[in-house]
Amino acid sequence: MPKVVVDVMPKPEILDPQGKAVLGALPRLGFSGVTDVRQGKRFELELDTVDDAVLGEVEKMAETLLSNPVIENYTVRVEA
Amino acid sequence: MRVGVVTFPGSLDDVDAQRAVRVGGNEAVALWHGDEELHGVDAVVLPGGFSYGDYLRCGAISRFSPVMSAVVDAAGRGLPVLGICNGFQILCESHLLPGALIRNDHRKFVCKDQRLRIENNRTPWTSAYAEGQEVTIVLKNGEGGFVADEQTLDRIEGEGQVVARYLDGNPNGSLRDIAGITNERGNVVGLMPHPEHAVEALTGAGTDGLGFFTSLTAQLFDSAR
Repeated sequence: MPKVVVDVMPKPEILDPQGKAVLGALPRLGFSGVTDVRQGKRFELELDTVDDAVLGEVEKMAETLLSNPVIENYTVRVEA
Repeated sequence: MRVGVVTFPGSLDDVDAQRAVRVGGNEAVALWHGDEELHGVDAVVLPGGFSYGDYLRCGAISRFSPVMSAVVDAAGRGLPVLGICNGFQILCESHLLPGALIRNDHRKFVCKDQRLRIENNRTPWTSAYAEGQEVTIVLKNGEGGFVADEQTLDRIEGEGQVVARYLDGNPNGSLRDIAGITNERGNVVGLMPHPEHAVEALTGAGTDGLGFFTSLTAQLFDSAR
């Protein structure tokens, strides 16, 4: 079953409180050297077939529901 | 006037909103998220809560519920729509209002009596207030940070679309202290604080929220049903 992965990330200029919380926790656990963390979402879509038409549909899904273009960017890729 | 109050799965403040509508002198009509039409109401309130569990993003799944298709159509024809808290998030996700709401900058849920300044009293939801009037309305949210790009912020400021602004400190990191906005036409209003919890002295800090529910009768406007 082919799989398409949509990654959604908060836009660089948008505050990411979740990423900030993780960044704050890392030193407390003894992990040093991390200067920034951004937290996003990963969607794995299983599809019957993948072709250009299907990928066009996935683009639409990503733009309308999976991400909010006001605050997030997304990428779509086919996973073998 | 007949004011519809939508109940989504996960709405919490729908019954409070219905009560506030009645205290404000109007008839409350319960609407369901699966309704494909608005049953001839003169206005709609989208209440607070956690519609569809707030999964994905707050308001993102509600935006595609049957009732919201009808609300978006009617709002486009001028129907007054008020979104409170989760309802504000739904209005932004529906593109009826610009911008988006993100998690509070301090990462904590906030619940407090909040001072506000009413910046725009030319909407069907705020005409009972004086412009510049300062009120206290309870605020409770975890994702109440209003964000938009600089160009959008400048535009809504310039067009007078900021309806209410936080006073005495910004409770959630909202850009430019914005607590509520309206659309270009002025019929759709989103507000993060909860006026429906401030309509009776017994259960709140005061009755400063009542104006949001009496404005409909205080101002004549074109109903678009």
